[in-house]
Amino acid sequence: MRVEFTVNGHAVAADDVWPGESLLFVLRERLGLPGSKNACEQGECGSCTVYLDDVTVCACLVAAGQAAGRRVRTVEGLAAQPARAGAGAAGADGGVGEAGGIGADGRAGGAAVAAGPGSALGARGDTAAGGAAGADTGQRDPDAERLSPVQRAFLEEGAVQCGFCTPGLLVQAHDLVARTVGAGGPVPGDAHIREALAGNLCRCTGYQAIVAAVRRAAEREHARLAGQERP
Amino acid sequence: MNPFDYRRAEDAAGAAAMVADNPAAAFLGGGTNLVDHMKLGVAAPEVLVDITHLPMDEVEALPEGGVRIGANVRNSDLAAHPLIRRRYPVLSQALLSGASGQLRNLATTAGNLLQRTRCVYFQDTSTPCNKREPGTGCSALEGYQRYHAILGASPDCVAVHPSDMAVALTALDAQVVVQDAATERRVPIARLHRLPGEAPEHDTVLNHGDLITAVELPDMPMAVHARYRKVRDRASFAFALVSVAAAMSLGADGSVSDVRIALGGVAHKPWRALRAEEALRDGPATEERFAAAARAELAEARPLPGNTFKVALARSAITATLRQVHAEARGGDGHGGPGGHGEEQR
Ligand SMILES: Cc1cc2nc3c(=O)[nH]c(=O)nc-3n(C[C@H](O)[C@H](O)[C@H](O)COP(=O)(O)OP(=O)(O)OC[C@H]3O[C@@H](n4cnc5c(N)ncnc54)[C@H](O)[C@@H]3O)c2cc1C
Ligand code: SF4
Ligand code: FES
Ligand code: FES
Repeated sequence: MRVEFTVNGHAVAADDVWPGESLLFVLRERLGLPGSKNACEQGECGSCTVYLDDVTVCACLVAAGQAAGRRVRTVEGLAAQPARAGAGAAGADGGVGEAGGIGADGRAGGAAVAAGPGSALGARGDTAAGGAAGADTGQRDPDAERLSPVQRAFLEEGAVQCGFCTPGLLVQAHDLVARTVGAGGPVPGDAHIREALAGNLCRCTGYQAIVAAVRRAAEREHARLAGQERP
Repeated sequence: MNPFDYRRAEDAAGAAAMVADNPAAAFLGGGTNLVDHMKLGVAAPEVLVDITHLPMDEVEALPEGGVRIGANVRNSDLAAHPLIRRRYPVLSQALLSGASGQLRNLATTAGNLLQRTRCVYFQDTSTPCNKREPGTGCSALEGYQRYHAILGASPDCVAVHPSDMAVALTALDAQVVVQDAATERRVPIARLHRLPGEAPEHDTVLNHGDLITAVELPDMPMAVHARYRKVRDRASFAFALVSVAAAMSLGADGSVSDVRIALGGVAHKPWRALRAEEALRDGPATEERFAAAARAELAEARPLPGNTFKVALARSAITATLRQVHAEARGGDGHGGPGGHGEEQR
C-alpha cells in the first residue's frame, strides 16, 4: 500500500508499504531518515521516539498504515526552531531549516548514521563537533545556533556517550520543554524530568548528564521566553 | 508474520462485522500490544481493522452522574482529564504508573483492557504455552514464576493480567460497553476477564468481533479518596508484582460504611477483593481489621514455588493502601488529585 503523510514539514509518500510494517521501518528504510534508532523494537527503550501529530510515541510500535495523513516529526526536524508549545505542529507548518529537512539531498539523515556519535544529535554530521567547539571557545557557530535548545544543551553537558539513545531522548526532552516552560510553566524539577524520560533507556547510563542537559535547556528556554515578554 | 490487509471501518457496527466475518481479522487500537505481538509471531492477523478514527474518543459526564470514557481515549489523555483527576484520581494514578509517556500517548482505553499477559513464555514462540497454543502445556509451571498468579490459577495457566488501569476500573465498578455487528450490551468489568480454567486461550468473555466502544464509571463519591499502590521491581516503567486499588467511605461514627478493593498482578484477571470488603464493611476502621481483611482475601492464595513471597507482599500492600485511603477519607476534601500515590520498590 501507499502511505502519505508529512515528515518534518514535507509531504512524503512511501510505496509498497506492507501494512504490518512499523512507522520506524518506513522512516529509516524507505524515507532515508535513520536518526530515529532501532534498538529493542518493543517499546522498551524509547530510542525510536518521534512526534506523531502533537505527541511523542515509540515509532517501532506504530503500524505504518496509522501514520497516513498525519504529521510526523523526527529528530532530524528538531533543529532550526525553538521548542515551544504545540511544537509538533510548528514542525509541520514549516520553518525547518536545511539541517532538519529530508528535502534538500537527504543529507540530514545520511550524515546522521555516517558521522559518529555527534551525529546522534540528528542534524548535519559536522554540527556536533562545531557546536561543541563553539561552546568551548565562545565563538559564534551558525550551525550550533540552528540547533534546538535541547540539542545545544546535550552538547554542552556532554550528555552523549555512544549516542544510541540520544535521538529518542532529544525528541522526548524537546516535548517536555515544550509542555512545561514552552507552555508558560516553570522549569521542571529533576524528578519531573526523570519521570518524563522514564521510557528512554541509556545503556551507557549517562543519566546525570542527560538530566542536567534537559534542565539546562529548560532554564535557557525559560529565560529566553521571559526576555521576550519584557517590552 | 503473515501478509495482511489494513482497513478502516466506517462505524462501530461495521467494524464489528468486519472482524466477526473473518477469523483472521483483528481490531487495531494504539497497536502497542498487537504490533509487538505481530513482530514476535504471537499474533498473525491477516486483516487489521483500524478503529482509532471512529468517534469514540471523548470523556464525558453522564446525566445520571457517572462518566463515559470512549474506547479510543488515549491513556495519557484519560490520566490528565479533569473529570478523572477530580472524581476518580485512582484511575489517573493507575494509568500513570503504567508503561511510559510515549506508550501512554498511543495506548487506548479498550486496548489497555484487552492487552494480553506479559508471561515470558506466552511471548516466546519457541516454548510451550497453553494460552498461545492450546494443548501444548504451560512452561511457567516449571519455569520463571515471579510475575505469575497466586489466586484463581489453573493447572493449565498461571499467568496474570498485566493492566494497571483495569485494576482501578475494577475497584470503580466500571461497565464495559460492547458492540457486535447487531446490538450493544454492557458487561460489568468484574465479569469481562475470565479465570483460565481449562481454556486459558480466552482472556475475556468477549466473542471474536465484539468491539468495546466505551467504559462507563458510576457516580461514586468515595472514589475521590481512592488510591492506587503499585509494588514493582523498579521505581518506574515496570509491570506490577502486586498492585492495589482501594476506596473507602466512613460513617458519622468513623466506621467503614463502604469499601472497594481490587488487586493486580495476582490473577488471570483484575481481582476484586470481595472477601476483604466483606470483612471490613460496617465495622470500625482499625489497623487490626485492615490486616484481618487482607488475611481473609489471601486465605485462598495458592502461590507457586517461585512466587510465595507475593502472598505476604499482597497482604502488606492491601493493609498499607487501606491505611492510606482511610486517612484520605477521614481528612475530607482537599487531598484529591493524582499526586499522592503510593509507590514501592522491591
Ligand atoms: C514496554 C512496555 C511497558 C508496559 N508497561 C505497562 C505497565 O506497567 N502497566 C500496564 O498496565 N500496561 C503496560 N504496558 C501495556 C500497555 O498498557 C498496552 O500495550 C496498551 O494499553 C495496549 O493498548 P493499545 O491501544 O496499544 O492496544 P492494541 O495493541 O491496539 O490492542 C490490544 C488488543 O486489544 C484489541 N482491541 C483494541 N481495541 C479494541 C476495541 N475497541 N474493541 C475490541 N478489541 C480491541 C486488539 O485487537 C488487541 O488484541 C506496557 C507496554 C509496553 C510495550
Ligand atoms: S502461564 Fe499461561 S501464558 Fe504463561 S506459559 Fe503458562 S499457559 Fe502460557
Ligand atoms: S526501538 Fe522503539 S522503543 Fe526501543
Ligand atoms: S549514550 Fe549510549 S545508550 Fe545512551
